[in-house]
Amino acid sequence: MESASLPLGGRSALERPPLARLPDRALKYGLTALALLILALIVYFFIRLVGEARPAFAREGVFGFTFNNDWNVNAQHFGALPLLVGTLITSGLALLLGVPIAVATALYATELCPLRLRTALTVLVELLAAVPSVVYGLWGIFFLAPKLQGAEQWAADRLSFIPFVGGGAVTIPNYFITGLVLAIMILPIVSAISREVMATVPADLKEAALGLGATRWEMIRTAVMPYCRSGIVGGAMLGLGRALGETIAVTILIGDAPQLGKHLFGQGYSLAAVIANEFGEAQGLHRSALFAAGLVLFVLTLLVNGVARLLVVRASRPGGFRPAAGEAALATAQPIAEQAAQP
Amino acid sequence: MSARGASAQQLARFAVAPSRRRRDRLARAGILAATAIALIPLALIIYYLLRKGLGSWSPSFFSSDPTGNTFFRSASIGGIKSAILGTIEIVALASAISIPVGIGVAVWLVEYGKDGRLASTVRFFIDVLTGVPSIVFGLFIYIVLIVGTGTSYAGYKGSFALGLLMLPVVTRSAEVILLLVPNGLREAALALGAPRWRVIARIVLPTALAGLLTGVLLAVARAAGETAPLLFTAASTLKTNLNLDQFTNSLPVQIYNDVTSPTTAVVNRAWGAALTLVLMIGALNVIARLIAHRSRLS
Repeated sequence: MESASLPLGGRSALERPPLARLPDRALKYGLTALALLILALIVYFFIRLVGEARPAFAREGVFGFTFNNDWNVNAQHFGALPLLVGTLITSGLALLLGVPIAVATALYATELCPLRLRTALTVLVELLAAVPSVVYGLWGIFFLAPKLQGAEQWAADRLSFIPFVGGGAVTIPNYFITGLVLAIMILPIVSAISREVMATVPADLKEAALGLGATRWEMIRTAVMPYCRSGIVGGAMLGLGRALGETIAVTILIGDAPQLGKHLFGQGYSLAAVIANEFGEAQGLHRSALFAAGLVLFVLTLLVNGVARLLVVRASRPGGFRPAAGEAALATAQPIAEQAAQP
Repeated sequence: MSARGASAQQLARFAVAPSRRRRDRLARAGILAATAIALIPLALIIYYLLRKGLGSWSPSFFSSDPTGNTFFRSASIGGIKSAILGTIEIVALASAISIPVGIGVAVWLVEYGKDGRLASTVRFFIDVLTGVPSIVFGLFIYIVLIVGTGTSYAGYKGSFALGLLMLPVVTRSAEVILLLVPNGLREAALALGAPRWRVIARIVLPTALAGLLTGVLLAVARAAGETAPLLFTAASTLKTNLNLDQFTNSLPVQIYNDVTSPTTAVVNRAWGAALTLVLMIGALNVIARLIAHRSRLS
């Protein structure tokens, strides 16, 4: 429309007056500013954390801080290897113990469970996620650890031929019990993601396997699992991210001994636990070292979560039939069909 | 050869070989057993919480502050009043900070940012926040609000730490829900001449309300159970304290402090506090689920 022909000061009659357009602009730019503010805030936090950690890194070197096996506050030596190892051992144990159980729970809920029980089972597993970390710590240290000490000692004595596993007195707080409680804590998230990924398996694939004469288990093995593998790995990695960053339960259960534990059933320390336990009294270089431990932990979880998200997003994209999964299913389905055809 | 015999023979060709059937049964039994194992810890935790927690519950347990006395058996160790009130105050302020911001960012992502480069960056950073260990949030706030201002611990600083922790949960869940609002509703409102802000305020948000509430409540429930971000921000104290500018007690931090006590009575106080905390969080979860159940979306 030609603006000259318009009655209202060069505006189209259909256009809102400038004042009426103000709230719209305000909302748009306000919300954009909010989003930008969040971005800036996160970057700012990260930079400040690096800044606070710098004295410790300058003293020990980034590599030295991370991998020196010497955490001695009195001597002002800060090598975080015992903490890093504690974090990795307990999280690794959590994966080892938790993921198979979580995947089995998800398989049961999606493939085997009677429909009526499915919701109840899902809710029960998710209840585990509602229990606060500190309550896991309380329960672990006063119930689980004392109850399992005898069994742990038995296992430690029998398995002492494996390096690092046995050959010493089992203490009540130790790496193993920490890993076990972490396994319980990551169970709901790993199970939930596995369930979600399993729900995306096309019914065609499953029915094809069953139609070829596969048993339920063969159907799971040949149709469901190949399709879900990367999603389950992603879910496990997200669980790992949780386990790595878990603080209070670990602080209560790991024993907070500032050296490498001599064996799996001995006391240790973790990156998160050292911060929770020592930050209150820390001064100067010690405090900086704790910030550095936080930074190492932050970077570690960032890497793990990044990979995990990539895997989960790729796996749960609906309708994305991946030839690799299909081929795997076909390759394994063939022998079954042949087997089934034999008299 | 009778017809009947032939069909039986034919049927036998299709029967599952015993070895395969055995493996199937074994695998299914294994999966069932693993599922049962997954539920054992839950049962044990609930059982012990009830047994130990109810034992230390009494009217005075909820109406008195902890005394800090751990040496004299005859003296009272007090209850958890300051911790309950402190948790409610800290979490309420954290919610007041993070819910508007979180939902605001989600609205921006869905209505304005969409799939643009800036929106992808914001999503990435929100995802990064989701994975940050909770103790690191405490460190962030410590650096900015305690080192940065040169002041000491305070309840509102704990709220900021918890708010930061809630932010990604609120934003991500709100984004998912807002995406579920049918585009037809937006288009109909726009076609009737409603400005964008009215479409958002009067159409999009009310439609998504139930889902938004569910996400928010789950975020609140998660924040209420966190200990690590509060340790060096809100710290802990004995007194009931309605001023968030001072040290503020909270249930998780009091439980953590009591766990390390050598005195049985204090540990029992921790069990009672733990049961209280779990029930509070459980109630939030139940309400969230009920609302989600009634939601028109999803």
